[in-house]
Amino acid sequence: MNIEKVIFSFFIVLALTLNFGFFMGDISNPEHHSVYELFAAIVVSLIATVLKFGERTQIGAVLLATSLVADLQLIAAAIVWGMAMQVSAAGLTPSTMAVIVSLAGGALAANVISVVLLIVDIAALRR
Amino acid sequence: MEYRHRTVFLILRRMRAPLLLLIVVYAVSILGLVLMPGVDSAGQPYRMDFLHAFYVVTYTVTTIGFGELPYTFSAAQRLWMMVTIYLGVVAWFYAIGTLIALVQDAAFRQVIRENRFAAAVRRLTSPFYIVCGYGDTGSVVVREMVDHGLSAVALDIDPERINELSLEDLQTYVPGLCVDASDTRHLVLAGLHHPQCAGVVAVTNRDVANLKIAITVKLLSPGLKVICRAESHDTEANMVSFGTDAVINPFDAFADRLAMALHSPDLHLLVDWLTQPPGRPLPVRTTRPPRGTWVLCGYGRFGKAVHRYLQYEGIETVIIEATPEKVQAPKGTVHGRGTEAVTLREAKIEQAVGIVAGTDDDTNNLSIIMTARELNPSLYLVARQNGGDNDAIFTAAKADLVMQRAGILANRILSLVSTELLTPFLHEARHQKEEWAHQLVKRVWPLAGNATPDLWTVDITPAGAAAVHTALTAGEKVTLAHLLTDPAVHDESLPCLALLLQREEGIVLTPEDNTPLVIGDRILMCGRPGIERRMAGTLHNLNLLRYVRTGVWRPDGLLWRWWSERRAEAVRSRAH
Repeated sequence: MNIEKVIFSFFIVLALTLNFGFFMGDISNPEHHSVYELFAAIVVSLIATVLKFGERTQIGAVLLATSLVADLQLIAAAIVWGMAMQVSAAGLTPSTMAVIVSLAGGALAANVISVVLLIVDIAALRR
Repeated sequence: MEYRHRTVFLILRRMRAPLLLLIVVYAVSILGLVLMPGVDSAGQPYRMDFLHAFYVVTYTVTTIGFGELPYTFSAAQRLWMMVTIYLGVVAWFYAIGTLIALVQDAAFRQVIRENRFAAAVRRLTSPFYIVCGYGDTGSVVVREMVDHGLSAVALDIDPERINELSLEDLQTYVPGLCVDASDTRHLVLAGLHHPQCAGVVAVTNRDVANLKIAITVKLLSPGLKVICRAESHDTEANMVSFGTDAVINPFDAFADRLAMALHSPDLHLLVDWLTQPPGRPLPVRTTRPPRGTWVLCGYGRFGKAVHRYLQYEGIETVIIEATPEKVQAPKGTVHGRGTEAVTLREAKIEQAVGIVAGTDDDTNNLSIIMTARELNPSLYLVARQNGGDNDAIFTAAKADLVMQRAGILANRILSLVSTELLTPFLHEARHQKEEWAHQLVKRVWPLAGNATPDLWTVDITPAGAAAVHTALTAGEKVTLAHLLTDPAVHDESLPCLALLLQREEGIVLTPEDNTPLVIGDRILMCGRPGIERRMAGTLHNLNLLRYVRTGVWRPDGLLWRWWSERRAEAVRSRAH
């Protein structure tokens, strides 16, 4: 067993689970979506991205790309949330919440691809 | 060409740990700040939101420090801020420190240099040679190649020399890299598999390295031309055995040119003219070396080669050598360096007609020349120049003949790479009578116009001479004289001449002007720079070719042809 592989897989799967946890619930209801969960999802996603740096295989490159997509989507969601809370006069309306959650949903798709690729990679190794 | 390391990925991989640390520290700091209880300006309990927490952490850990925003901090928040500052600032220092260490890392910089070099090589679009070894010879070879319009890539193990290359004022950019050229990977990096790579010139000062380069190239890219320098005859034979295209022994090449200069000064001059890049000042004829006894100073590898060639020419020599036992000098060798009058007198300098100062020390050679001239002012003085940067003092010493080692080697190499037909021409020329060389020098001299002539090849093929090929296919007769005619003025000829005609039956040196051309002929032309382009008109344009053949400007195009035929008919019928 390789400790590096454990950490690597751990963060990739954790990024997916946190992302999924945040995404769960009514799309426009702020009560169903925790800001802490989004924060954790962003942090874990960033860590997963850095862990993928320097992979020179084809699959490593695609993994990095999916991670970057997830980062982008989650950060966009966080920015929208911050703007709604602090800048906009209307505050966090259900429609804004829907935008945030759907952005996180996009990130979820990227994270799913990431995990699928990880499994494909492991399956191809047969070790 | 595959990069060994992409610079960006190399940075990312090295920065992995500091970046992870930064993300973790930021996450912990932001989360902590959000969780710490605070009070707003109205005294109500307040918790910072993520946006503000991120904002505060960002400006605090980068040591900008805007203060306590949006409200004055509570004691708990201040406590947490202290933790944040110590963690965050340390994490940033670590990250920046790693980045700076990486940029200064010798291995990393070498990777960057290699990548830049490989990119520059990949961008080359014209045929180029890989020159391994940028020393005295290599630098002259590169300069002359560039002046000949060829591209070059230089490799050398010494960083000083590659620095010199970057300071050199060359007409085109020559990528250079400081690596061991005998390493296969480096040769590949320098474009061994590049479609435009024409060959490899191995002129490092180590025979072993040159041998390794030659064998590598012959194995990996058998089609490439390989020219090698070899100091020992063993290595030379070894290189020839696996098909190295040309092996040049610096001592033999040098002695050979010296012998040529003494025995056939005109041929020596001709070789000088034809191998130098076009447009240089034309070297002039020197006085003819006298026949008689010669004094040869220095009996090392160079001296031995010279002695052998002089013996072959039937010239009597007296040898002066400092360590006769070590070099196994023949009997009758005068012991000494030759820089002192005593030694020179012992070698009977007063009765000699010439002296060759051929030691491997430039200062000694100059000293020999000057002492010898004092003892016998009528001596013919030949000096061997080793270092490339001693040009000025050798010119000032006013020797009759200065043989510069690097220059001679470079000339030899350039004669092999510059124009394809030059090698067979020089080969044939060596077997000609001296009178032939004398006549040729007299012919080339007026058309060169005080600058070294340009050489080019004319191929009578559809691609090389479209119009001539068409005319020959149609059964018309085209002679060499037609090509040499000025396509602008019919009764004048271009300032150029044909040096060599190569066809299936064999090689013709300086073919006669009335030689009829045959499809497949290859002609080596020699003329003033720029003439090649004017001749190309005749070669490719049917109208110009017809003009030089008949001297009549015939209009072309269906309408004009019909019109001119009608006119000619009208003239004829009027005459009847």
